[in-house]
Amino acid sequence: MGKRVAITGFGQTHHSARRWDVNGLELIQEAVTRALADAQLNLKDVDAVVIGNMDHFEGINYVDTWSVEGSGAFLKPIFKVTTGGTTGSTVGIAAYYHVASGLFDHVLAIGWEKNSESDTTGAIITCSDAIWDRFSYSGAIPSLAVEASAYMKRYGITQQDAARVTVRDRGNAVNNPYAHLRTAVTVEDVMHSPMLTEPIKLLDICPRSDGAAAVIFSSEDKAGKTCPRPAWVHSVSVRHDTTWFGDIDYVGIPSLASAAREAFHLAGIREPWKELDVCELYMPYSFAGLKWIESIGFCAPGQAPRLLWDGETDMGGSLPINPSGGVLSTNCIGATALLRVGEVAQQIMGKSDKRQVPDVRLGMATGFGGCFWSDVMILGADKP
Amino acid sequence: METRASERNPSLLAMEEIAHMPYHWAIGLDGSKFFQEIKEREVLLGIRCPKCRKVYVPPRLVCGPCFVKMDELVELGIEGVVEAVTLVNYPFIDPDTGDRRPVPYIYGYIKLDGADNLFSHIIKTPPGISVQVGDRVRAVFSRKKKGRIQDIAFFEPLPKRKPRSRASRD
Repeated sequence: MGKRVAITGFGQTHHSARRWDVNGLELIQEAVTRALADAQLNLKDVDAVVIGNMDHFEGINYVDTWSVEGSGAFLKPIFKVTTGGTTGSTVGIAAYYHVASGLFDHVLAIGWEKNSESDTTGAIITCSDAIWDRFSYSGAIPSLAVEASAYMKRYGITQQDAARVTVRDRGNAVNNPYAHLRTAVTVEDVMHSPMLTEPIKLLDICPRSDGAAAVIFSSEDKAGKTCPRPAWVHSVSVRHDTTWFGDIDYVGIPSLASAAREAFHLAGIREPWKELDVCELYMPYSFAGLKWIESIGFCAPGQAPRLLWDGETDMGGSLPINPSGGVLSTNCIGATALLRVGEVAQQIMGKSDKRQVPDVRLGMATGFGGCFWSDVMILGADKP
Repeated sequence: METRASERNPSLLAMEEIAHMPYHWAIGLDGSKFFQEIKEREVLLGIRCPKCRKVYVPPRLVCGPCFVKMDELVELGIEGVVEAVTLVNYPFIDPDTGDRRPVPYIYGYIKLDGADNLFSHIIKTPPGISVQVGDRVRAVFSRKKKGRIQDIAFFEPLPKRKPRSRASRD
């Protein structure tokens, strides 16, 4: 058993399609400065830094060393972690491991991306196997579309069901001043948006964003000193399966089911739907907002549309999902999963302003990456 | 290399570069056999795990879940069932060529007869014919074979069976 660890600070940039005004270093610096201010810490208090992005999206290697002017890691320990879409949650979990080891008191986790600097789909295709998959693999959107095709066929899910997920997330984003897309949409808007790859239309899929997030993890010895209401890490889980696209189960998402099961078990959660107060889930397209909450175990397979249509996952519902507007409103890939972690922590700290869910005691953040792998982090107001 | 200015604020610049970066990737023993069998006999090979008995395509050295070496190559059918499919309709840069990939096209995951996992490829259909999950398809091989995945030119749909005859097969 390691030391108990809490999140004591969170900072994010204002996200948009293209931040012409800053280079990558300057973007990172913006998030780090805000996280330090939020935690009421100085850079000298930070013992180590964990950073991640998708190297080839910006064509930059060794982002650890490259980033020091932005990250503040000059002459400090800094480690790079890159795991695709889960990068943000993985840097968060790696920072948690650092502090839990007892060797570090404050560790800064940073996720960032400037998607505007390359062709995101082309860059994502280079994540697939060069010999076997790259010829037919068509990037994130079509690989999610094939997943949707299997799920829709099995459970009779409609495109309108999925559109309801977009309506929720985009509606919530109106309350988030940092979100990239801040206009509410209707089911009709989604249905009438251009078909990109069947059944995914323009408003079913996340945008490509430029942005950065920074989260400070602190040991139990220090957390209470500067932060009146820290967000304690109750459990984490990381699950990878395989990068063979042909080995994936397109009807369920086993990595998320397995990660959620372990994270709930470690946190002592028996009825997640009842016990959790808020979720920030890495769901890059609308159908994930149905299928993947079934894999988490919030309802039986094929039953998610009912929860959505009944408003159970809206603000004010039984379990609000993505008060920030989620990934459908902002997707700066290396930062995206760390935004989920930071947003849940902020909900527990009670600092979420217009997007605040009342009295959050327990929340869940997830990361999703590449070949359908998953990270889960459970955060709580109570010291575990 | 070219420098461009922001339309909104021309004082902000960005540099553009198109890089050419050659690679050569080893295909490995079993993968090489897969392509050689296509070249010589137009046959598709899989490999069976000695522990869980699962048959994988394309053949590879290790079963990931069991973490054991595999060496039992098996011949698969060139037909299979579509398990997941989409029609791709938006333009993007193909990193293999540097050019835009021609759209629209259909790509999907096919369960080949005799295999337990799925095989990823493109599916070509006659005009007006769509492909659904559950449809049967067949590999069409390229005339010139170069030891690469495009030696299978594409998969094409098979005529749909009547429900009764399929039920009797099962």
